[in-house]
Amino acid sequence: MQQQVSEGRVLIDSGKNSNDASLMIEAIGVSKIFGSGDSMITALDAVSIGIREGEFFTLLGPSGCGKTTLLRMIAGFEHPSSGAILLDGSDISELPPYKRPVNTVFQSYALFPHLTVAQNIAFGLQMLDRPKAEIAETVDRMLSMVKMEAMKDRLTSQISGGQQQRVALARALAPQPKVLLLDEPLSALDLKLRKEMQIELKRLQHETGITFVFVTHDQEEALTMSDRIAVMSEGHVLQVGSPHDIYERPANRFVAGFIGETNTLTAEVMSSTTDRISLRLGEGLELDAELPSGMTPKERVTLVVRPEHLRLSFGTTGSSLPGTVSNVVYLGTDTHYHVRLDSGDELVARVQNSSASDLQFGIGEAVAVAFEPSTVRVLRD
Amino acid sequence: MTAADPARQAQPAHSPSPGEVASRAAEVRRNWLLSTPALTLLFLAASGPLLVVILYSVLTPGEYSGVVWELSGDAWYRVILHRDIFDDTVSLADAHLRIFWRSAKLSLLTTFVALIIGFPTAYFVATRPPQQRTLWLFLITIPFWTNLLIRTFAIMEVIRNEGIVNSTLMSLGVIEAPIQLLYTDTAVLIGMVYVYLPLMVLPLYASMERLDFRLVEAAYDLYATRLQVLRRVIIPLVKPGIIAGSILVFIPSLGAYVTPRVLGGGKNMMLGNLIELQFGQGRNWPLGAALSLTLLVIVMIALLVYVRNVSRSESRG
Repeated sequence: MQQQVSEGRVLIDSGKNSNDASLMIEAIGVSKIFGSGDSMITALDAVSIGIREGEFFTLLGPSGCGKTTLLRMIAGFEHPSSGAILLDGSDISELPPYKRPVNTVFQSYALFPHLTVAQNIAFGLQMLDRPKAEIAETVDRMLSMVKMEAMKDRLTSQISGGQQQRVALARALAPQPKVLLLDEPLSALDLKLRKEMQIELKRLQHETGITFVFVTHDQEEALTMSDRIAVMSEGHVLQVGSPHDIYERPANRFVAGFIGETNTLTAEVMSSTTDRISLRLGEGLELDAELPSGMTPKERVTLVVRPEHLRLSFGTTGSSLPGTVSNVVYLGTDTHYHVRLDSGDELVARVQNSSASDLQFGIGEAVAVAFEPSTVRVLRD
Repeated sequence: MTAADPARQAQPAHSPSPGEVASRAAEVRRNWLLSTPALTLLFLAASGPLLVVILYSVLTPGEYSGVVWELSGDAWYRVILHRDIFDDTVSLADAHLRIFWRSAKLSLLTTFVALIIGFPTAYFVATRPPQQRTLWLFLITIPFWTNLLIRTFAIMEVIRNEGIVNSTLMSLGVIEAPIQLLYTDTAVLIGMVYVYLPLMVLPLYASMERLDFRLVEAAYDLYATRLQVLRRVIIPLVKPGIIAGSILVFIPSLGAYVTPRVLGGGKNMMLGNLIELQFGQGRNWPLGAALSLTLLVIVMIALLVYVRNVSRSESRG
């Protein structure tokens, strides 16, 4: 992993123009170093990223990957050690939080306990010195948008966690910021409420048209909600792309492993052109795969294949990998078959359970694993 | 028969067995027994002396000191009125009223200045890393290790005409002649702020330590400037500490004795000194007792006004 990160300072922006005029936020070579001397920690290492106007953008990564630091820099709570952050084209790197048209929904919600729900929502507008009538009108609109009209005069300690979440959202949206930052806002909610809020958030983003920057470590949340995702690890952005891109075309082993379940295989390179590569896996299986642009393969490369793209059959057939079923996990809609290949690698195949294909494999049975060459992704490292 | 009926009807709804009754009675007895030391102390140290003071305030002063057991309203009369010894004209007791006023003014000022200094101090300590806070609190309590009288004399050394403040200012050329600080109201104020500051800082710190600083971030995020964050978020949330600290500073300031005596000289008396005077040179114990009770009433009125104002501003939100 360490090695991969130090080499992997590359941005794969799914082929689109990164000098897009409609960029709302642009981080240019942003680094953040905490502490000094021996206890120096590099939270972000020369991160460059572009977030488009009106999109739902997610920063995804494990804890300590720097996603929250990047969010706090956009909010203004931290300032970059080097590099710059542009908002709508102008440099905001050194502006204090109260001078940025950016609002945050905090992980802890951070609602003011001495104010009522309505007063909490009005806070930002009052600080901006908006006229009283406008504040009252906006607060009412926000209350109805998050369906909290009945609670407007309650103190925030008198409402439930899910309701606090809604108030925090309404409070941050009320001043109509250019960007709404969300710092793992759903992590404190139970599963059912979390699913509801995911849909709610998408709806609010769609209705307001505001650019949302969402921080999470939950890959499923990221996949279901985002227009685009930036996968981060150890202070680097490893890949930026649509959920589909990230899932189907992971740039490296970390991204592949972090987003969903995956199988990795090593293959021998037989020949390659600029965009295609011929590979040999173990004995017999040969295939042609797409070569990621700009990659010069060595003798061996790593491949990833998603479990749902593997097909199992009895016995050995022509172009397949022989193995033995080592474990069967029944999951209702699917069954996961763990297969130990004769070459020693472990694979997981996901087979959908339908009445039509009642193919069942038992533990210890010899099977053949096959897949379409188009579902294989060749990794850079 | 008719009288027995309700009792019999009441029986099923609420029927403690004899054993239960006995054990509850024993528990009540035990609770009383356990609180006896506290109640005894409370009576001996607070209520008893207070009753004595109330009694003395309506007696006649003895010739050299003490009291004569003869009821008289004279002491209360003299708290605010003055009868001229030559022509018997009655006027307000200017001297007393001036002292009341000075006491109230200096105590309020002391509370205010202690709050102004104590607030940032408490904020500073509360925002240190947890392991450093204990050290800072320890440093704040160090002055308590020294006797109040000695600390007050130390202040005297600092602010007297040949003291460090004046000599420094003169050597720097800021002033040409020493400023008369000692034996002024300002000296008393400086002394009282110094003495009572920890009483302001500690309760303030206690409530600031509990303050969720993420709320401060949230306020900054919602376009509040530093001053607005202070006014709209921090002060409302640490209000209990402000109230506690203010009360803890105001009450002892009002009855301060040593500080005004040493730093105010003889002229700038406060209530505490006036009371002492009646029991000492004045040899008028009933007047002293009446003045003590006046002090008590002033404190109670001040507390009531304060608490009412605070609760009103709280309900206003």
